[in-house]
Amino acid sequence: MSVGLVIVSHSEKLAAGVVELAAQMAPDVVLVAAGGMDDGGIGTSLEKVMTAMGLADTGAGAVVLTDLGSAVMTAESALEFLGSPETVLLADAPLVEGAIAAAVSAQSGASADGVCKAAETALAPVRATAVGEVHGVEHQGNESQDGAAQDGGPQKAESQDDGAVTALLTLINPMGLHARPAAALAGQLGAMDVEIEVNGVDGQSVMMLMTLGAAQGTELNVCATGPDAQRAVDLVRSQVEAGFGEL
Amino acid sequence: MSHTLDAAWAQRWLRLSAAVIAENRMALIELDRAIGDGDHGENMDRGFSAILEKLDAEPPATPGAAFKLAAMTLMSKVGGAAGPLYGTAFLRAATAVGDATELDVSTLAAALAAARDGVVARGKAEVGEKTMIDAWTPAVEAAAAAAAAGADPAAALEAAATAAEAGAISTDPLIARKGRASYLGERAIGHRDPGAASSALILRAAVHAAEDEA
Repeated sequence: MSVGLVIVSHSEKLAAGVVELAAQMAPDVVLVAAGGMDDGGIGTSLEKVMTAMGLADTGAGAVVLTDLGSAVMTAESALEFLGSPETVLLADAPLVEGAIAAAVSAQSGASADGVCKAAETALAPVRATAVGEVHGVEHQGNESQDGAAQDGGPQKAESQDDGAVTALLTLINPMGLHARPAAALAGQLGAMDVEIEVNGVDGQSVMMLMTLGAAQGTELNVCATGPDAQRAVDLVRSQVEAGFGEL
Repeated sequence: MSHTLDAAWAQRWLRLSAAVIAENRMALIELDRAIGDGDHGENMDRGFSAILEKLDAEPPATPGAAFKLAAMTLMSKVGGAAGPLYGTAFLRAATAVGDATELDVSTLAAALAAARDGVVARGKAEVGEKTMIDAWTPAVEAAAAAAAAGADPAAALEAAATAAEAGAISTDPLIARKGRASYLGERAIGHRDPGAASSALILRAAVHAAEDEA
């Protein structure tokens, strides 16, 4: 049972489209569209949003993403009507990027807080997210890892003195690290107890991986720490070497 | 001779609001066309028309139930920002009056204050930003003053409506700080805020609902 998502938009089609897109990357997550007015016109409907919140929260909570202006107000109003349930969170995030990041996070089994955070950091500056905001707290004592990843140049897979596991991999599939494999990788890595960076970005974030724009032939510098570091790097290696199943 | 503020009054208020919004539909559209996207009159008319249908289908038994019906309907049918703003106002008012069958003056003042606070919470606007709040805040203060002076509920409503009308007029020279009108900068000067105007109309309808010899 994973956290569900509610997609609120002024447009019925836009909400349905975001759900369709996110579903590609998160097949097991309940995604509910709440777009347009009751008659299908442009606007937002409290009833639709409240119904969607009920459907999306199957026990693990739900995260709500909205498009513009009054969609936020309608979502807030719906939460107020429902007595401000602690299990339903409103994400302050861009609709499309946030929904995809949230869906992948939910697919990997994150809590509602984690899913909400994934949505809200979907567009965070690449380096700031990879090194600072997301990992800032847990990262203490691992500073040398960043140095290794940055300055160490190409490395073969090896265990560093500080416990970091690294690998230098080359993308061989024609499409490179596009949306589907990025989602698959981030999802699987998200379920592991690991801090992992791929070319300096958070490997557990689908949006960060996609920002790399890594095409065929691109080298990926992978650096992981934590209990599951070896398993995580092995996973990335096997996926990259298999061309993400696209060969 | 004024009526007590009971469920029948609340229903009359909503019906008179629907009538006055329908009557002023074009005027509100014109106000909104000047500084917004021109849909306020139509959206509000659609919302209050839907309230009439619900009142006919299931007449609420208390003022609180009537406010909740209005809240739910406006949030579902209005579509634009006015839906959640007015919806939240009625929802908070419903919570403030609870199960009371009749509103005394202090409950009325508390309900108006709760409604205003709801609009502030939802819209994040303050007095002087050319929004509904410019009508609601003077109304809340006038009602509270009337209640403190021992006025009866109808007199407090009258004071609130009069203050809201003055508050709506006070938005004419303001530069908008919230919503679409804020994009216009100084060009919004000289135009009344449509939300403040509809707020004044609705509060005046509450007075008429208490005066009507039903």
